Order: sequence, then C-alpha cells, then structure tokens
Amino acid sequence: MRRLSAPLVISLLVLLLPLVVMFALGTGTVNISIVDIWQAIIGLFSSGSSSSSSNFSSSSQIHTILFDIRLPRILLALCLGVILAISGAVMQGLFRNPLADPSLIGVSGGASVGASIVIVMAGGWIQSGSALGLSAVAAGAFAGGFIATILVYRLATSEIGTSVTTMLLAGIAIGAIAGALNSLLSYFADNDMLRQISLWQMGNLSTANWSRVAMVAVVAALLVGLFPRDSRALNALLLGESEARHLGIDVQRVKRRLIVLTALGIGTSVAMAGMIGFVGLVVPHAIRLLIGPDHRWLLPGSALAGAILLIIADSLARVVVAPTELPTGILTALLGAPFFVALLIQRRREI
Amino acid sequence: MALMAENISLHISGFNLLRDVSMRVEPGTVTAIVGPNGAGKSSLLKVLTGEMIATTGQVSLNHQPLHTWALEQKAKMLAVLPQHTVLNFPFTADEVVALGRIPHQTGILKDELIVADALKAVDANYLQKRFYTQMSGGEKQRVQLARVLAQIWEPTQLGDQFLVLDEPTSAFDLSHQKLTLEIVRGLAEQGTGVVMVLHDLNLAARCADNLVVFDSGTISAQGSPEEVLTEALISQVFGVKSIIAKHPVTQKPLVIT
Repeated sequence: MRRLSAPLVISLLVLLLPLVVMFALGTGTVNISIVDIWQAIIGLFSSGSSSSSSNFSSSSQIHTILFDIRLPRILLALCLGVILAISGAVMQGLFRNPLADPSLIGVSGGASVGASIVIVMAGGWIQSGSALGLSAVAAGAFAGGFIATILVYRLATSEIGTSVTTMLLAGIAIGAIAGALNSLLSYFADNDMLRQISLWQMGNLSTANWSRVAMVAVVAALLVGLFPRDSRALNALLLGESEARHLGIDVQRVKRRLIVLTALGIGTSVAMAGMIGFVGLVVPHAIRLLIGPDHRWLLPGSALAGAILLIIADSLARVVVAPTELPTGILTALLGAPFFVALLIQRRREI
Repeated sequence: MALMAENISLHISGFNLLRDVSMRVEPGTVTAIVGPNGAGKSSLLKVLTGEMIATTGQVSLNHQPLHTWALEQKAKMLAVLPQHTVLNFPFTADEVVALGRIPHQTGILKDELIVADALKAVDANYLQKRFYTQMSGGEKQRVQLARVLAQIWEPTQLGDQFLVLDEPTSAFDLSHQKLTLEIVRGLAEQGTGVVMVLHDLNLAARCADNLVVFDSGTISAQGSPEEVLTEALISQVFGVKSIIAKHPVTQKPLVIT
C-alpha cells in the first residue's frame, strides 16, 4: 500500500468534477457537442439575446434539454453523490469499520418501508406519476428512515453511552424487520404497485427537477459544512471511544451529532432517488486506500469522488439502453461491486 | 497539587469492584499498582481517569474534582495509555502519535517536531512512515506510548501533569521494558506524576517511589517498595511463597519465587 499525496488527489478531483459535468451534459439520447453547450451557457448570461446566426428553434431545443432536463438531473446526482459518500465516510469512522455502510444503521431499510407503505396505501393516485404522489412517497421514505434511525439509536443507548456494536446489531435487526415488511407489502400489492416498489428499490434519478435539486443541495451543503468540523474527533474515535475521551473529545455529543446528520442525509437521498447502493461504501473506502484514513482529507475527497461517480453512473444509465433508461442504482452496483472486489483482492495480496 | 482518590467505592450490578480506596499520586513521583488478576486494578484506573464515576468518594485532579474539568483541559494534564488499543485503519506511526496533539493548539510545525521527538524517545523513529496495521505488537505499543507522551510533551499552566499507564510493558522485550522504565523515571524527574499497573513485581520495585498492592477491590499495602514487599504480604495477596533479597546493584528489593 503506497499512498498518494492527499492535496494532489483532491485537486485532481476538483478539476475532474466540472469536466464530468460537461461530459454528462453532452451525453444522452441526443448528443450535444461541447461547442453547443458553451454557446448555450454563454446564451444564458447574455440574457437570451438570440441574435446569433444559429437556427433559433434548434438552439431553444438544446436549451430545454440542457437546462430543464439534464442539468437538474446532473446536479441531483452531484448532490446525492456528495451526501452518500460523505455519510459513508463518517459512518465508517464512527463504527471504526472500513466496511461499514449507511444502510447498516437501518436508515435505508426504514426508508424503503416508508416508501412502500405510501405506494401501497395510496394505491391509485400515484400511478399517474404525479408530482404530488412522488412527493408523498418521498415523505414516507424520509419518515421511515428517521424512525428506523431513532429506534436503532435508542436500542443501542444505555446510561453508559451509545454502544457502536449494539447499534450495528440493532441495525441488522431493524433491517431484517424492514425487509420482511417490504416483502409483506409487495405480497399484497397489485402489479402496478409492485413495479413501483421495485423501481424505487433500484434507485432512480429520473424524477429530478429544480425544486428537488434545491432541497438536496441544502442538505448536501449542511453535511459538507458540518461534518468536517468533527474530522479530528473522528480521527481520535478510530482509536476507540475511551481513548478519544482521554484526548479531550466529548464523544457522546459528537456521536449524536454525526448520527442525526447521517440519518438526515441518507433519509433525504432515499426519499429523492430510492436506494442507490455502493456509493457510500466503495467511495470512502477507495479514497482511504489512496490517501489514508485522516478524515480532514478523507471527507472532502469522498464527497468529490462520490459526486463524480454518481454523475458518471447516471449518465451511463441514461444511454446504455437508449432510448429507455436503466435505474441508476443498478449501474452503481454494477460499477461499484467489481471495483470493491478488486480492492479486496489487492489488499489481500499486500497484507 | 496531585491526582487523588479519596475513599472511592465502585458498585456495578451488585459487585463491589472497589471498596474504600484512597491514594495520592504526587507530581514528580512514580506509583506502581500491583496485584493479582481480577483484583480491580483496571477499575481503579478507570475511576482515576474519569472513565467511570465512583459510586461513593471523589477523585480530584490538581485540587479540583476530576469531572468538573473541561474535557480538553483535562486532556492537557492527564494522558492515559490503555492496555490494548485496537486500530484497524492504516495510519502511519507519525499520524497515530499526532493524535496525541489533538487537545493542543500548537500548530502543525511544532506538532511535527514533538511527534518526531516522541517517536525517538520510544526508539521508534524508524517506524515513522510505516503503517500501524502492519506493525508487530511491541511496535504498536511503543507507538501508542509515544502518542500519550506527545499529549503531555510540554508543561501546561493549568496544573501538574499525570500519565496513567495500564501494563505498558506487557508486549515489550527486555530492552524496551528497560527503556519504558527509563522514560517513566525521566518524566517523573521533570515533574510528571506517573501511575502504572505492572505485573512484574521486580520491575515495579525497581522504578516505583510508591508501591500500591491491590487485592479484592481494596488496597492491602502501600508505601516504598522496601516497606511493602514482604514475604508475608506476597503469600497473603498472591498465594505464592517467595524470598525477598536485595538487588546486588540497585539495592532495591528483589522478589524470588
């Protein structure tokens, strides 16, 4: 295992992100060249003065595709990638386990039950794919995720403090209950609901619009703003909780803060896009292998890499079976899992 | 000023782990705690460092109840080396030692110097850029020792400093056992108060100013090694017959079993 310089890797990721956004803007069922993208962007700032010689109707079509369809979706992928990867990095530090995943503490399971309940209960009026119906599903997912997290946290907290091991086990138990509830709901659901439930569980970014982007961006900004303040505390926590306390860290308060923020992040992401696996697990793990476990670098590195990975995965999801789309969650799993296996094999060889 | 336990008792789920224990660690001295397995030595250290709160009695650090110190201030005065530290993340040795600087705001450049000095002090400067996860048990323990040394590397205006070590030499070979005792004596000469649990009575006799013999949750004897280590006490506490001789060089008591 040889490490790369953390500032170097992060600068590269910072440079890569806009390039990936540009690439994603141009990719889709209609390919748009870089030149056209540039013209459209410049057109935005020259306040719509369409005096250019180019064909007006085609440039307004490009404008619609770029800024009403693709850009919100890309920004949604960017923000969700940030949320999933940075939450994953925090969870792995908090649980002192480099293979921990946000779904471990029950958030994802609870959220998917919440979504399924809304889909099955609401029955008819969601089928139309109306904005109201989708928002109801999102609210259900968020509520489910939050309830699951609170349950797991309560189960693991005694007067001595919150036991991370108990929390992992409680997360597994809650996850099992959530799985059973999901199966039960699927069993009673009709064909149409069943399709919606399974689409939800595959993870999908196709519901992107500007108001969703705004919501997710606020949560992403909150996590990116607050998590790094606890970087040193997370570093100390890797030694163990009592060691961290002896280094002057208020472990209980830090844990509570991190768990609430993670639940908020994961709950929001499941609410907006369903279950998108592997980003929260693979990204922080890979970044740690590259630049080491220091959270002061790991958190920003994971956030950037998570955004890049999810944008690429979603762009591929839009084009691989064009003119239809694949659910993004399938793509992240297909890209993420082999990468993870490769990491495991490489690590096994080197240790 | 001192690290002091006054009449502390600890009851947990029906067990009396500590019964009416009083001890005082003066700055500039070394206190060794010895006793059979399960006597409550680790519980005593936990109460002494604030990790557990005594059911009755009080622990004070520099004339102030331990739990009333702000955590960060406490960390500047009291460093604790646990018996085992599990660290599964590939930090390099200097990153681990740098964790000891978390309570301080002394800046990266100064911290780097302190980290390098602390690693040198435990004969581990060759480990600096090596991964913790790939080290031997003794190397890991030396790096952890360097970490707690870095935590109290410089005196603070808050008060006297104390170092608590739980079996610091358990993974060490002879030369590093000796090195650890030299480090501990050196710290005491600079005014730090050291408390450590040791299993080897002869090591304890050699370096402690104050020897505390602990048995079934209470102190059986405390004082200078010469006063405390008697054949009667060793057979009473450890159930082992022994002869107490004098170390030919240091003149300290030598327990032969």
